[in-house]
Amino acid sequence: MAEERRQKQCSVVLPSESMKAMAESMGVGQLQEDSCVALSEEVSYRIKEIAQDALKFMHHGKRRKLTTSDIDYALKLKNVEPLYGFQSQDFIPFRFASGGGRELHFYEEKEVDLSDIISTPLPRVPLDVSLKAHWLSIDGVQPSIPENPPPATKEQQKAESTEPLKAVKPGQEEDGSIQGKGQSGTSAEVKGKEKLRMKPRSTHELSVEQQLYYKEITEACVGSCEAKRAEALQSIATDPGLYQMLPRFSTFISEGVRVNVVQNNLALLIYLMRMMKALMDNPTLYLEKYLHELLPAVVTCIVSKQLCLRPDVDNHWALRDFAARLMAQSCKTFSTTTNNIQSRITKTFTKSWLDDKTQWTTRYGCIAGLSELGPDVIKTLIIPRLTVEGVRIKAVMEGPVVSNIDKIGADHVQSLLLHCASVIAKIRPAPDVVDQYRTDYGYLGQMLCSHVVKARTQAALQAQTVNRTTLTITQPRPSLSVSQSGGVGSSGGSRTPSIIKVPSSLTLMSTRPATPTQPSPPATKYIVMATSAGAASTQQVITLSSSQSSSPVTSTVTSVSTPLQPLVKLESGGGAVAGSRPMQKYIVVSLPSSSSSSLEHKGGATATSPIAIETTVKSERSESPATHTHSPH
Amino acid sequence: MAAVQDGGSELEGEKEPKPELMNDGSTAPAAAPSSRPEDQQTLLAVLQFLKRNKLIESVDALRREAGLADEPEEAPGSEAAGGAGGAAAGSGELGDAGALLSRVSGGSQSAAAPAPAKGGDDQPDVSVVLSAYSQQGDPSLYQVYYSGLKKFIESVLDCHRAELSQLFYPLFVHMYLELVYNNHESEAKSFFEKFNGDQECYYQDDLRVLSGLTKKEHMKGNETLLDFRTSRFVLRISRDSYQLLKRHLQERQNNQIWNIIQEHLYIDIFDGMPRSKSQIDSMSGSLAGEAKREDNKTKVYYGLLKEPEIEVPLDDEDEEAENEEGKPKKKKPKKDSMGSKSKKQDPNAPQQNRIPLPELKDSDKLDKIMYMKEATKRIRLGPESLPSICFYTFLNAYQGLTAVDFTDDSSLLAGGFADSTVRVWSVTPKKLRKVKSAADLGMIDKESDDVLERIMDEKTASECKILYGHSGPVYGVSFSPDRNYLLSSSEDGTIRLWSLQTFTCLVAYKGHNYPVWDTQFSPYGYYFVSGGHDRVARLWATDHYQPLRMFAGHLADITCTRFHPNSNYVATGSADRTIRLWDVLNGHCVRVLTGHKGPIHTLAFSPNGKYLASGSTDGRVLLWDIGHGLMIGELKGHTDTIYALRFSRDGEILASGSMDNTVRLWDAIRAFDDVETDDFTAATGHVHLPDNSQELLLGTYLSKSTPVIHLHFTRRNLLLSAGAYNSQ
Repeated sequence: MAEERRQKQCSVVLPSESMKAMAESMGVGQLQEDSCVALSEEVSYRIKEIAQDALKFMHHGKRRKLTTSDIDYALKLKNVEPLYGFQSQDFIPFRFASGGGRELHFYEEKEVDLSDIISTPLPRVPLDVSLKAHWLSIDGVQPSIPENPPPATKEQQKAESTEPLKAVKPGQEEDGSIQGKGQSGTSAEVKGKEKLRMKPRSTHELSVEQQLYYKEITEACVGSCEAKRAEALQSIATDPGLYQMLPRFSTFISEGVRVNVVQNNLALLIYLMRMMKALMDNPTLYLEKYLHELLPAVVTCIVSKQLCLRPDVDNHWALRDFAARLMAQSCKTFSTTTNNIQSRITKTFTKSWLDDKTQWTTRYGCIAGLSELGPDVIKTLIIPRLTVEGVRIKAVMEGPVVSNIDKIGADHVQSLLLHCASVIAKIRPAPDVVDQYRTDYGYLGQMLCSHVVKARTQAALQAQTVNRTTLTITQPRPSLSVSQSGGVGSSGGSRTPSIIKVPSSLTLMSTRPATPTQPSPPATKYIVMATSAGAASTQQVITLSSSQSSSPVTSTVTSVSTPLQPLVKLESGGGAVAGSRPMQKYIVVSLPSSSSSSLEHKGGATATSPIAIETTVKSERSESPATHTHSPH
Repeated sequence: MAAVQDGGSELEGEKEPKPELMNDGSTAPAAAPSSRPEDQQTLLAVLQFLKRNKLIESVDALRREAGLADEPEEAPGSEAAGGAGGAAAGSGELGDAGALLSRVSGGSQSAAAPAPAKGGDDQPDVSVVLSAYSQQGDPSLYQVYYSGLKKFIESVLDCHRAELSQLFYPLFVHMYLELVYNNHESEAKSFFEKFNGDQECYYQDDLRVLSGLTKKEHMKGNETLLDFRTSRFVLRISRDSYQLLKRHLQERQNNQIWNIIQEHLYIDIFDGMPRSKSQIDSMSGSLAGEAKREDNKTKVYYGLLKEPEIEVPLDDEDEEAENEEGKPKKKKPKKDSMGSKSKKQDPNAPQQNRIPLPELKDSDKLDKIMYMKEATKRIRLGPESLPSICFYTFLNAYQGLTAVDFTDDSSLLAGGFADSTVRVWSVTPKKLRKVKSAADLGMIDKESDDVLERIMDEKTASECKILYGHSGPVYGVSFSPDRNYLLSSSEDGTIRLWSLQTFTCLVAYKGHNYPVWDTQFSPYGYYFVSGGHDRVARLWATDHYQPLRMFAGHLADITCTRFHPNSNYVATGSADRTIRLWDVLNGHCVRVLTGHKGPIHTLAFSPNGKYLASGSTDGRVLLWDIGHGLMIGELKGHTDTIYALRFSRDGEILASGSMDNTVRLWDAIRAFDDVETDDFTAATGHVHLPDNSQELLLGTYLSKSTPVIHLHFTRRNLLLSAGAYNSQ
């Protein structure tokens, strides 16, 4: 490959068409082909020469990026007038144009109205150069302060926790000179393999600043001032230098939960869980080493019999949901074949759920914890239990009133179980007969049936809008491609179709209302707007999280839009494959020809198997006149 | 032309009695006359050139010289040391070359081309130089020749293969250039494509330049090419390997390759074991091959000068003690330490007055005393006690920070910026103040004790002062040792001297017409050195507007300049990937150090003056023994250009700062101790470098996207580093 590149190096020359274009711009028409070739070779050579000189200026400017001024100085070296007007610190935005079989890159010079410039307020004066000193190292140890990069990157932490026996990496051994000293000191006696086996000792000494920080943060996190807490959580979630303090935070959370569960202090438990969430969100921290402390605390918050003083009034359910989601997130991030977190957690939940004597609160927690783990878990563990659970709920709801608390609990469990509808909608074939459901799922059958129907209609709606915008869902492959016809919209003219990666087990819809937590960061957000000719349009925000466990959240917003808006607007961060960017937004606006047709298709789109969806989608595309409405106005 | 030179000058003696294989009696006298006309030809070319450029005086001077001696010491500014030595030593060998040539080419095709200028000639006549390529040969056969040689080299014994492989690159380049010169464009292209993959990776940059060159017309202005042509590529090959090659070429009657070897290469033959691949690789990589061995034979007085003021402060002691309390106590230990240090004159030190040094002023003496005081509080560094590092980050440096310097006492910091400004900061609580205006100064009582304090204008006190004057990015800044002056060198070709009393520009030294990449004050002040794109390093004195010395010899930009601690030598690093050490006294080049694979961007002398460290774009730090002219260490670890190197005050630790945002600390003592330089290695220059970078690395400190561009050890061995925060 290097060979190839080198060969290219040798032969790269400007195309002779460029010479023609330049000649024309100078007023020289009809340039001979031979002259063009000769010119292009000469020009290419000179350009290379100048670029090589410009590189020198870049190196002496102590930069990695070549700037326009470097080129100017290089030209000056050669006694050539520098190029005026190309003063830019950043890249120069060359525009591309083609026409008449010609392709052209040009530098767009906008006409500027002087009066505009005069009337606009002056921009802010840039800050002056200033000097700031900090300690990069104190007696050979790099202090963890914001001015310094985090001592260990996440990858290192991960490698350290998953493969502790691996030889110390060069970057790692300089964590502190104490450690380095230890190695050099022992290397005399301990040789060869033994030296390699030695697990690197990590020091957990905290500087005074760190201790102060820890105190401030923990106080703010559990204190009464919400604004301060938000700040503290923000700090935990973003600060790069917390690695050293992680064990302290971990202990703080686990101890805090232990104490506050006993005291039924719901507020504090919520705060602690939010802290845990913030720790997990911190991109520089890898919590694996501290899960043994953290996970029990989280599980406690999910399944504890009592989390608050007044179980009938307080909304401890939200805490359970939140903690369950945290658990699902940590399962997803940290579960490996060696620690088996997910299966262990699943086992724990199932075991206490199966116990007849389990309280409703715990029952709720178990189910919530399981259902957050993803559709597969729901399918294999929850759905088979629906009948049994139905009987139990029935006993509470319709039987003699035992206690209000039990009733509330049963009610919550019931609504939680009904969330399974979206999964059922996927695994059961289309006709939803209430009696059938009743026989299959007992007491809950009827409600499930209506939920499933609802889920299906929403899915159909989904499929339809998907179809209208020629969004093809290719299942079971985990990719979702959005393709467009030729010149859709004015803004997306030259964009190529992008592929959106979506997990295979995705449920496009969930009836669950928007949850207090945010989905895990790398999520894709689709805003699908479906407009029925001139009437009120619905706008759906589907957040497709790339995590398998957390179900996507759909919220439907109704809005009115004018029919003459650009039909399809595709906003994507550079059109790259989703997932590489934190958040990608697709606004898909579609305009069906008539509202009746959409209703029609609904029936067709309620197919159950994903493949069926695809086929209907395809057939619709060929029939539906809606596709034609995509041509730009 | 002397193409093949046997042995170094010290081997001459042994060689004499030995019957030479090729140097039979008949050729020796024949060679002598043959060298005459060639020299004369060269002379004529030079004279012609001078005349054309209306340098009448030089012409006369040269005529006179030539008339007196036949030794052509050509143009002014010629690299005298190496050139003269080479010529003297080479004259004996001319015979060999002539004989060989006639044998191989059958006498008919002796160096047909007009003799090109000598290696030392600085200003080659382009057409003369290039015409050396105007040889006729079947262009299509070049590939055959080259691959034939390749096959041969690949088939020889392993021990010779590595040595002979050195031939590939220079041959490749010259053959390619010949093809291009003779307008065989397509052949040249295919030749390049076919064989450029074989070349060592460290020649990539040059090959890239070469690949762009496809036309005869391009060759005219191309400096890289001229370098290649004017300086002979130096190869070091053992006698056995050389014989092998010679035999092969003779058998094959391979004139084309032989001619190139004769005319464009300089083969430095040594007796003894062929070198291994790693040995060769460690030394090669420079633009013009390795250094010739005799280039590094000159004696270098690398010792330190005797501290000149030893007796003086004793006399002044009482007066100074009044200024600062607590001084008398400190005096005693200081005296002892000084006494022990300079008890005996370092045998390697130069004469105290070898070059005239400025007289010490009272303020200098005060500073020396401060230095001694600080030195007693200095922390002993070592692998067990690493220095603390204080990082000075330049924030909001949108305009680009290009150079930084600290004063020796670490009280001031200067930054050069790409927007042509120089900014000076005080990093101590003491603010920067200007001297009062002339009118105000007149009103001061000159007899008062605190007159020095009174002349300062309190109103101008600020932490930072900006110096305007340059018209291009400032690439080098340097404080004078007495902290009264600041030097800055810039893209605009000037070096400016600024007063730190008035914060105004005092002098603009013009001489370099091209960007000046670096400048530095002598450790004793007064002198300073500068180097830039014009490939000439200049030595200046602050009170002369013209340079005192011009050091010419580098084949590409001089990227960094450093004074030896004893001020008698100047080291320059260059984009031709060599380091040269120049004698300030006579302007001779006394050391050529090759081994870097990229432009050298920083140099540092060890405090004892014995060693030199250099850092380059290839991310490696190389350590050199100045006395022997040997590479003695290689520190690998950085992943990007190294812009800063500094030894701790006692030389135990070497700190390096790089574009990869790290400061690394190396165990310098161990690095120097690990290498055993016995007489043999010293004589041959073949050192086995221990690959122990990982063990020598004591610490790596990553900064937050801030490239490290300057390092400085305070007098108490605290490490200061500086760089501009890069927000992208």
